[in-house]
Amino acid sequence: MKRLLPLLGLLASAAALSAEGNAQASTPAPFPYFVGNCFNCHGTEGRVNSAIPAIAGRDKAYLEETLKAYKAGTKQATIMNQLAKGYTDEEIAVLADYFSRQK
Amino acid sequence: MSLINNDRRRLLQAFGASATLAGASLLPGSAFAAPKKGKKLGRVVVIGAGFGGATAAKYLRKWSDSAIEVALIERNKEFISCPTSNEVLAGHREFDTLVHSFDGLKKNWGIKVVHAAVTAVDPEKRTVKTDRGDSFTYDHLVISPGIDFNFGAVAGYDEAAQKKILHAWKAGPQTIALRKQLVDLPDGGTFIISIPKAPYRCPPGPYERASQVASYFKAHKPKSKILILDANDKIISKTKLFADNWANDYKGIIEYLPNWETVEINAETNMITSEIGDRERADVINLIPPQTAGKIAHDIGVVNANNRWATVDWVTLESTAVQKVHVLGDATLSAPLMPKSGHMANQHGKAAAAAIFEILSGREARPTLMANTCYSLVDDRRAIHVDSVHRWNPEKKQLLVVEGSGGVSKEPSVEEALFARAWAKNIWSDILS
Repeated sequence: MKRLLPLLGLLASAAALSAEGNAQASTPAPFPYFVGNCFNCHGTEGRVNSAIPAIAGRDKAYLEETLKAYKAGTKQATIMNQLAKGYTDEEIAVLADYFSRQK
Repeated sequence: MSLINNDRRRLLQAFGASATLAGASLLPGSAFAAPKKGKKLGRVVVIGAGFGGATAAKYLRKWSDSAIEVALIERNKEFISCPTSNEVLAGHREFDTLVHSFDGLKKNWGIKVVHAAVTAVDPEKRTVKTDRGDSFTYDHLVISPGIDFNFGAVAGYDEAAQKKILHAWKAGPQTIALRKQLVDLPDGGTFIISIPKAPYRCPPGPYERASQVASYFKAHKPKSKILILDANDKIISKTKLFADNWANDYKGIIEYLPNWETVEINAETNMITSEIGDRERADVINLIPPQTAGKIAHDIGVVNANNRWATVDWVTLESTAVQKVHVLGDATLSAPLMPKSGHMANQHGKAAAAAIFEILSGREARPTLMANTCYSLVDDRRAIHVDSVHRWNPEKKQLLVVEGSGGVSKEPSVEEALFARAWAKNIWSDILS
């Protein structure tokens, strides 16, 4: 029985992999809910008219490079330089892409 | 490789998916999983329409594209914001600006808003009853009950004393009443703020209150004094910023005493007593009592930490004690370095909405990131902040502050006061419209 277990495990993981592959082929990526972190200050979907700037519909490259500069500390801010350090570069790219597509 | 393909690959990498398997599903417009129109996924009852509950209600509707039915039960007819209410005490803000309607949640999001008190919750049958005779069934219950006060921890803080010695730690009639006490205070009068041991709602709040009232005294009652009696061993939030603010701007007005835990109040003589028998007297006393999760959390049985707070799974915000009951905001046993703040409660609301939508869609809830920002106004035109980003740690099964993230202001600034007031306006809108 002990000898069989690794083999069963292998079969199970192979089955899981193929099921996962099928699911991915037909299912869209899950929604990146963490975009909602920005809504608190910048408005739902990044839409506001306030001292805190709107981020909806801004140029994607601008958003991404600005957040990365805040994260690197090469661009000064009161608060965004501290918050940007909480996100990976991949997450920053997702945020930039998401908000650039909001109208 | 076109730009679009690069973008798509980057998105996919962020979710750990393989670029070749994604197909065209990530093009703009159809980027993310959305339920089919008209599909019903289930029913959620939300109890408490503050920063946590109202946010959860809105985002359950928004992110499920109305596939989740939401009933929001709230005793009060209007939303009253605690954040920025300290400005009212100093006369820097009108009370009315704190008050907001729930109409947006009804009209914009189709949420059934019920103004009633919950009388019974049956987690087995998944039903909620109210004092108006309503009965609701739920697939998931979200409670965001805020805090209740433990008046019993302070001898003499009975119902009669509570009419005179105010906490003003829930914005509302007490905010207006404490403002009146400060206006009625003669020049040369004294004001005590008594702060309980942490954890309590809004860590920087009492210190902001001291600065706000000091700015009022400085302009209108320059001989008046503020005595801060803090049960904690130091200023527990924005420590150096507040200490510097008081030394630079309110020297001779604010006196700060740490390790001063109030155990008794005499409302007739306005005498306040510490656990080691120290006594102080003032013309106006603002006594903020120790706190616990709102009563409904105790009634449902989710309070399982020190008989005070509700422990939750930080991926779904589900109670560790009662299944299908999600607890938000100040009532939770906070994750490490996570403050009990309105901003954080909003983040809890979004995380719970996301998790419940995923679960009702037959998928697994995934860990999300949360962020906090707390502004404090130190006078009529300058503010400071503290902020942090919290990420799920799968080994420790806990939300932890991302190393190197977050921080505080360098110094009070006019720019940050503009941001603070914009923050309030924008988060109210994010919650309610």
